[in-house]
This record gives sequence, C-alpha cells and structure tokens, in this order.
Amino acid sequence: MQGFDEVDYSQKLDLSLWKRLLRIAKPYHGHLWLIVLFMSLSAVGDVIFPLMTGYAIDHFIAGHTTQGMGGFIAVYVAVLAMQVICIYSFLYLSGKVEVGVCYLIRRLGFQKLQELPFSYYDRMPVGYLLSRMTTDTQRLADTIGWSLLDLVWGVVFLVICSIQMFMLHWRLAAVIVLVLPPLALISMYFQKRILAAHRETRKTHSKITGAFNEGIMGAKTTKTLVREEKNMEEFTELTTAMKHSSVRAASLSALFLPIVVSLGSLATAYALYEGGMEVLALPPTLTLGTLQVFINYTLQFFQPVRDIARIFAELQSSQAAAERVLSLLATEPDIKDSPEVAERFGDNFHPKRENWPELHGDIVFEDVSFRYQDGEQVLEHFNLHVRAGESIALVGETGSGKSTIVNLLCRFYEPTQGRILIDGVDYRERSLLWLQSNLGYVLQQPHMFSGTIRDNIRYGKPDASEDEVVRAAKLANAHSFISKLPKGYDTYVGEGGSLLSSGEKQLISFARAILVNPALFILDEATSSVDTHSEALIQQAITGILEGRTSFMIAHRLSTVRQADRILVISDGKIIEEGTHDQLIVKQGYYYDLYTGQFQDEQGQMVLNAAKAQ
Amino acid sequence: MKQNLRALWALVKENRALYLGAVLCTALTVGIGFLTPLVFSETIDVILSDGASFMPEWLKAPVRALGGRAFLRANLWIVAVAIVALNVLNGVFSYYKERNTAVAGENIAKSLRERLYRQLSYLSFSYHVRAETGDLIQRCTSDVETVRRFLSTQLVEAVRAVLMMASAFAILFHRHAQIALYSLILVPAMWVGSYVFFTKITKSFRLSDESEGRMSNVLQENLTGVRVVRAFGMQQREVEKFDAASMDFRKKTFRLYNYLAVYWGSMDCVTMLQIMITLLVCVYKAIAGEISVGTLVVFTSYISMLLYPIRQLGRILSDAGKSVVALGRIRNVLEEQAEQPEEGSLRPPLNGDIVFDHVSFSYEEGNRVLDGLCMTIPAGKTVALLGNTGSGKSTVVHLLQRLIEPDEGRITIGGVDIRRIDRWYLRAHVGLMLQEPFLYGRSVMGNLSIAVPGAPESSVLEMSRIAHADGFIREFENGYDTLIGERGVTLSGGQRQRVAIARTLLKENDVLIFDDSLSAVDMQTDRAIREALREKRRGVTTLIISHRINTLCEADRIFVLENGRLADEGTHEELTRRDGLYRQIYAIQSALEDDLNRSREAVRKEEDACRDLTK
Repeated sequence: MQGFDEVDYSQKLDLSLWKRLLRIAKPYHGHLWLIVLFMSLSAVGDVIFPLMTGYAIDHFIAGHTTQGMGGFIAVYVAVLAMQVICIYSFLYLSGKVEVGVCYLIRRLGFQKLQELPFSYYDRMPVGYLLSRMTTDTQRLADTIGWSLLDLVWGVVFLVICSIQMFMLHWRLAAVIVLVLPPLALISMYFQKRILAAHRETRKTHSKITGAFNEGIMGAKTTKTLVREEKNMEEFTELTTAMKHSSVRAASLSALFLPIVVSLGSLATAYALYEGGMEVLALPPTLTLGTLQVFINYTLQFFQPVRDIARIFAELQSSQAAAERVLSLLATEPDIKDSPEVAERFGDNFHPKRENWPELHGDIVFEDVSFRYQDGEQVLEHFNLHVRAGESIALVGETGSGKSTIVNLLCRFYEPTQGRILIDGVDYRERSLLWLQSNLGYVLQQPHMFSGTIRDNIRYGKPDASEDEVVRAAKLANAHSFISKLPKGYDTYVGEGGSLLSSGEKQLISFARAILVNPALFILDEATSSVDTHSEALIQQAITGILEGRTSFMIAHRLSTVRQADRILVISDGKIIEEGTHDQLIVKQGYYYDLYTGQFQDEQGQMVLNAAKAQ
Repeated sequence: MKQNLRALWALVKENRALYLGAVLCTALTVGIGFLTPLVFSETIDVILSDGASFMPEWLKAPVRALGGRAFLRANLWIVAVAIVALNVLNGVFSYYKERNTAVAGENIAKSLRERLYRQLSYLSFSYHVRAETGDLIQRCTSDVETVRRFLSTQLVEAVRAVLMMASAFAILFHRHAQIALYSLILVPAMWVGSYVFFTKITKSFRLSDESEGRMSNVLQENLTGVRVVRAFGMQQREVEKFDAASMDFRKKTFRLYNYLAVYWGSMDCVTMLQIMITLLVCVYKAIAGEISVGTLVVFTSYISMLLYPIRQLGRILSDAGKSVVALGRIRNVLEEQAEQPEEGSLRPPLNGDIVFDHVSFSYEEGNRVLDGLCMTIPAGKTVALLGNTGSGKSTVVHLLQRLIEPDEGRITIGGVDIRRIDRWYLRAHVGLMLQEPFLYGRSVMGNLSIAVPGAPESSVLEMSRIAHADGFIREFENGYDTLIGERGVTLSGGQRQRVAIARTLLKENDVLIFDDSLSAVDMQTDRAIREALREKRRGVTTLIISHRINTLCEADRIFVLENGRLADEGTHEELTRRDGLYRQIYAIQSALEDDLNRSREAVRKEEDACRDLTK
C-alpha cells in the first residue's frame, strides 16, 4: 500500500483545491467566521497585555500613585476574561469544525464508493481507499479546523502588533518590521526541509513495520531456510536508515528554532539600543514603559511568523491528501442508470420498487465484447443463451474470462460492445438495483459483516422474520451447526468472522443468499475454500437451492460442477467445450483431463479424512 | 513496574554521554534564558534610570573600571550586542541539547527494534504458532515509538522544567522572597490540575480511538465486501450504517476536544491570573519603593517563561507512565526463551539413515500427536509418508528440522542424535518444502535466491525450470524482477509452491522433505516436476508426504502413519496386496475408471435413444 500513499502530486501551492474543500465545508462557514472573530479578539488581547504592563510602569510606578488602580484591575480582568472566553470558544469551534468537516467528507466519500463500479475497485487496492477515507480525510479536516486558526491568529497578531508599534513610535517600528521578510524566508525554507525529512522518516518507518510483519508471518519459513542472520542484516540496514533520517529531521528542527530566535533578537537588541538612547535623550523622547512594550513585542514577534511558515508548509504537504480525496469525490461512476431509467425505476438510494418488473431469468449474451480499462481484451463476440431455470457451470483457467462473464451478467461491468438481454430486454434499460436485488451471490471467500449470525443471514432483507431466517438456514444446511452453538443465531461472528470456520461461514452466506429468494443465483468458486465436510453439506443443499432458478457457477471443485445442466469450458474468452458432464467426459478433452486429475485429489482427501474419523 | 523503571533507566545509561551532554546543555540554556531578562532589568534600572544594580561584584568591578553608568550610557550598543550574543549562545546550546537527545532516543529505538527483530527470528516455532501477529507488531512498532518519544524529548524536557523552576525559585527569592511567593502561588494548582487531567483524559482518548476503530471496521467491511453489498443492493443501508458509526466517532472525538478546550482555557486562565497577580504585587511594591522597574520586568518575564514548562510537566508525568507500560510489553517479548547455540554441538554429514526411535510428541498435555513412532528412512532412498488427517505427518517433518523437540524417544541421522546436531546446520542441510510456503515481499529473483544470496543467475534459472516456475514467471511483465506481495503480484497457491521448491533446491541438501508441497499444482505439472526432480534427488535421502497415488508409488518405500504410530510399511507392490489406507488410496484409480465408464454408458444410452427416435 505504501507505494500508493507516498505519491507526491504537486509541489506548488494550489489554492483552488482548498477553495473546493472550503465549499464542501459550507455548513461550517458560520463557525469558521466565528473562529476568525475569536482568534482576532484573542490576538488583540495578546497585544494589549504588554501595553497594560507598560501603562502600569509609566502611570503607577513612575507617577508614584495608586490612583486608577481599581479601573486598571477591572480592565485587566476584563481582557483576561475575554481571552479565556476566546480561547475556549475557538478551541471548541475548531474542534467542532474538524470533526464536522471530517464527517462531511467521509459521508460524501462513502456514498461515492457505493456508486463507483468494480473497474474502480480493480484499480484501487482496499488499503489505498481506506487511507483516503481515514488518514487523508483526517488530515484535511485538521488543516481546515486548526491550521486556519493559527493562520488567522498569526496574521492578526502581526498586523495589530505592527500597527500598535507604529502608533507608539514609527521610526523604531519601521526598523523592527524589517526583520520580518528574512525571518519569513528562512522559516519557509526550514519548514519545507523539515516536512520532507519527516516524510522520509515515515516512509522508512512503514518499511520497518513491514519488516516486522514479515519477520512474524514468515518466522517458520525463515527458520527452515536459516535466513535469520541475513534477515537481521537487512533489518539493521533499515533501522540504521531510520536512525539517520530521524536524527536528520530532529537536527533540522533543532537548528531552525535557534536561528529564528537569534534573528528575532536582532530586533530586540535594536529596540533596546535605539529605544534606550531615546529614553536617555534630554528631554527623553520615549518613556521606560513604552520601551518595555517594544521589548515585549519583539520577544513575541517571531512566534507568529514561524507559525505562518509552518502552516504554509503544511498546506503544501497536505495538498497531496486534498488532491487524492477530491479526486475520489470527483470520480464519476461509468456504470450508472441513465436519467430515464432512474426516473422510472429509482436510483440506488431511492428505488421505486412498485415499477419493477418481475425477473424470470432468461439471459442472452448477444455479441458481447469486453476489455478492461488497461486495454486487456477478455471477451470477443461472445454469444450465449441461457433459458430461465437452467443451471450453467463455467470451467476454465484463471484469466480465461469465466469471472468476467459472471461480472458482466451482474452488471458489475458493462459490455464494451454488444448487449446482454434479461427476459428479452437490454439490462441497461432497467435499473442497477433492480437486477442486483434479484441476485443471490455467493463468493469464494465468504464475507461476514460484524454482528450476529442472524444479522448476517438477514443482511439482504433486514426485516426478515425469525421463521424466514431459520428456513433459509435449514435450506442451506446451516441450521444444524448454528443450533449447536451455545448462543445459536445470536453468536457474534467476530471480526471478519474469525470465530467460525470458513466452511461454516460459507453455509451462512448461502443462507443469506437464499433468504432474499433471488431469481438469479451466482456461485463464484463457492466451494473451493471450504473443508470437505462443509462441501458435502453445500453439495447437498445446492440441488434444492438452484431448483427453478437460473444459476451460474464458477467452480474449482468439479464435484459441484457435474450437477449443472450445462457445463461451459472457457478458454481465452471463448467456449471451447460445452455439454453435460457425461458428454464432456466422452469427449476426452480439456474437461476430461481436469476431472480425472481432480477426482484423485478429492477422493484421496476424503479417504484420509474418513480414516481420521474412525 | 519497578523492574520496568529500572529497564528504562538502563536504556538511558547506555547513552550516558549523550544524556549528560544534553543535561549540561539544558542547564546552560536555562541559565542563559534567565540571564536575558536580567540584562533588560539591569539596563532599565541601572543604565536608563538611576537604580541600584543587582549584578554580582565580579561583574560590577570591570564595568566600574570602564567608567560605570556613564560609560554604558554612552555605549548602549554593548547591551544590544550582549542580548544578541546571549541569544546566539542559547541557540547553540539548545541545538546541541536537542540533537543529543534525538540521537540518544534514536539509538535506543534502534537497539530496541533490533533486539526485538532478532528475538522474533530466534523465538521457538511453538511460540510463533501461539503468537498473535497484530499484538506483536504493535509491541514492535507503537510501543517502541512510545518509549522513544519519551526518552528522546520528554525526559530532557522534564529535566529542563525542573531546572528552570529551581533556578527561578533561587533568583526570584533572592530578589524578593515575598513577591516570589505570590508569583508562584498558583503553580501547585496548575501542576496537580494538568497531571490529573492527562491521567483522566486517557479514557476519553480511548473511547474516541475505539469509536474510530468501529468506523474503520464498517468502512473496511464495506470495501472488502463490496460485491456482497452490490449483489444484495444494500448500498442505502450501508450508507446508514457508516453514517451512524461516523457520527458516533464525531461525537466521541468532539467530546474529547471539548474537554481539551476546557482544560486549555482554564489553564490559560490560571496562567494569566498568575501573571496579573505578579504584576499587581510588583506594581504595589514598586510604588512603595521596595523594588525597581527592572525587578518588575524580571518577575513578569520569569513568570511567563516558567508557566509553560510547569504546565507541560504534568503531561510529561502522565506520558512517563505510558512509556513504562510500553517498555514492559516490549520486555515481555524479549524475555521469552529463544533458540540459542548449544555448546559442543556437532556438524556431522547428514547422508546416513534417518531413524525414529520410539518418538512421542504432544502439542498440549495428554494429546499425543506422535505416540512411540519407530521408523527408518534408508540413506539415499526416497520414502513416501501417507497418513490420515491428524496422523502426525507434519510433526515428523518439524521434528526433522528441530523446529520442535521430541518429548520422548530420539531421532538419529547416521547414528547421531539430532539433539546433538547444530540446529542451523541441520536446517541448512535439510531442505523442507511446505504446503503453504511464505514468500517474502521482494522480487521473484530475490525470493528464489533467498536461501543462497549471491547464487549465480544460471543456477537460479535452472532450479526455476526444474520446479516449472520459469514459465509463469516469464509471463509477468517484469519477469524475474516482478515484486511479490502487497505491492506486486499475488501468486496462486500452486505458483507459490513452485517458487518455494525452486528456492529450496538451490541450497545444498543432504535430505529433501516435500510436505504436501505440490498439493496445489495440477496433475500434469506435478508429473512434469517429479520427472525433472528425479535427477536432483539421486543419492539424496528424500521424504515425500502426499496422497497422490502417482507420487506415492514412485517411492522406494512407503510408510503409513495412523494416529501417531507406524501402521504399515512396504513397497507399492507389497502394500497394494494388503488391506489398509494405502490400498484405499490405490482403489481411487479404479473408482475413477468406474465413474468415467458410467458417464460413457450414460451418453451411449442417450445416443441410442436419439437414434431410436430418429428412426
């Protein structure tokens, strides 16, 4: 996954991206303005405090009077109260904006992901999509919520501080402000370097994590190959690289602050010298209190510059995240219902079920060609007619095109040429949801959602009654093992269903498919990853399940295949053999070879298992 | 806890010089940091007004010699230069402080990572069977990171805070004990407040993390199960489900942020109050003539300088607790018993007979996988092992590589008990090919030569051809340079097995073990590989586990294992004549023939029926 994460899109700051993001954050624009207000107020407060000290020196101490002290304290407390309210408010608001924007982007992204076609999922590994939706989104929300806050504070403080200084003593102020441009340049330079160094460190760190993962997962193999020392050597290279890049990053940061502070101290020194001369002048042209104010300001002056530099560097580095997230949001699904179809049958989120015709299951592939987006041609002028209720088995090597046929049928992809007719109508004239709601689909790796067994069986029909659930489980031969579990249907399947064997999970996914009573049934290698016991149970169930439905099965185990009404042997996107099991055996072709080989394996395994049972 | 603290201290001691340097630099920066406001105060009191100096005598003397106040007034630039010089000096020390602690922290992290990795490599096979990968990874990465963060930044930060407080106390009390007291009056409250807060807030952090975990889980389930979601048309419900999880995360995180906002708000409030109190006390004292304006400047600047590190201290303390716990988790792994070199171990030739002499083994008490197994694998011969599920076939294989040790009995090779043979020597010369081999995340070439780094390409390619891997490898776009794993191609089970065979063949093997290692390869390829292997196997003692009759019958001798004991042994001819597991396997052949005949019969009948009809 790292290969995807570390792509750096562009180096130049692109403000239009941030504008687009701000548009997404529209519901929070009010909050953002309030943040700007509170931040500005707070910056004003920060400018006032030194003034108060200066006033105290000049007025009370120099004047040897406590007159007006009450008012002074009142003002001080008032400013203090305002500061506290501001600080709490902008922290509160920024927090709210951050989590809110995060939520908004995620919701949009998730909805988009529900619409994007499988061709998109083929290109993007799950890990990549996950990090778009989690880390990248988080980062953007952080930037909008918090960086903006710091930016506003920095700018307002700088501006008010400068104005205040110019008002107090414009000649002194003019010189002090001169320090700003070099300070800004140096800050930008360092911040960029520091961020780059941190990125390097993160990259190495993820390699180290990968190495640990390999060290643990591959421990047995490493032992059998006596690779321990060699692996250690390679790992040491990684940790050494990690140390170098981390120390480099830390050194850059360590160098940066002193340089900025030293540069800032030039301003302080100048204020002290020039201001001091004026205090000493006869008559003095500057009071001690004002001098104190100046010194105070110069001491605080570099902080906002540093912040602003940091924020610009951060904006630049999180720009890649912004581009990735926005490109996800902007991706248009290339398989979707046409406006007319959506108008008539409803879309994914608002179906108009009352207009849906019944699906009988007569299927025609009419001169269908399909190529993937990378240009690989899978099917060419493929023709097939399946009568309603017929069961079809697809056999062939990986990459032969059998999965594509099923994917096209489910409209996970659409033909690049030709048409697919369901009950005599091009399926593009019906809605996606109509077709997919009529599908029963069982995959090679049973996918469980977290929740109980009942939740999983009910997945496709959340309002199914207990009766329906049990009936489906019985049909799928799953009821007996479920009722033996201590908690029965309330058993929690565990994360990824790790508490159940994969055979048991497969039985549950069969029950799930049966419950929705689909007209079309697809078994995609449904028995290839289950133990022989579960396979026998599935085998037994299949005959009943497929009765009266059109079904397609891609199968690895031929004991499943031989029950089909028609077996199609696919190679290079073409049907090379076709017929019933018996007919293909007599033919002595590809299927014959496959079958005889597998027969021995499957039977052998059964003998060994049977011997155990004794 | 105490032991973990001691372990933490031991890590610090390993980098004694770096930490000492860092502490020294910290002390210097603290000192210089305090000096700067003193310079301001002296300038304001002594140079710009007519107050008394707080400078120590040894500094006053040279100034007096130069002409005292008048001289400094005429040469105010000296003060300005002093300010800049102090800042630069401070910068230099602060740089070295940070660099030193960073290097020390990274040294410690590096050493912890390497110790963990070494330990993981040498931990016993049975440890890895039990271990939870996710948990181990977490110990190796985030726990190490927690310890590193504490040792590289926070530890010295804490030292700095303490040093600052100590010296500030000293200077302020020296200046004016009463004001000093007033200036620090709220400090204990801040300290306690922040410590309590950061200890308590852990729960909110956890709640937010857990909620995030649930949200990611929904997301991941949706993405990996995208086909199921679509096939059931459940997009709308998925959106609702994700929305609920995402909203919960928003709520929990926002609650956390709100606590933080309250915390920072109130901390800032206390801080500003403290500054105000100090300022007011100073003002009153100054009006009363007790202190100078300079002293006021000293007090107000010191207080602002001090309060932030004091606030941090509470947080650092609570983080210290976390890093001690993290180190404890790391030490748990490091203290596990690992495989170690044994003294006086032998490296005998391994081309002798392999004898199992009443070998018993159990993974768990009372459940014997092997139960007094006796068998002899003759040197240089090929022996097949057939056994029912759970008969202990794989245990035999693991014992032969000393991945596990027998509970009872002994195994000898050429008369030498393998317990006396150096583990790694044994493994290096016994080539073991597993049913589910692990491939490393590197190129195909890198995987093939993994056991023999730097092997000539020609021999790698030869092995690849023998294992019939060459063909499919060359079909990849990048051929042998193709990356395997997450960032590259995913190989099918059969392809993985073939790569694993090739990489094992590349080493020098006295014994070869095929543990069902062609099970995912189709029959035709299996046959081709076996033929290609015949030459390679000549003179090498070979043990093959399989249930394919064609493989079994080629062996010189066949052992049949049942429930951890030897049930039968003999040649193909002998075993087919006797009742038992072997004959059952053999019978599959004729069952297949029957099955095929049934199909032929059915078709013939159908054709006859058709012909009858057309007639």
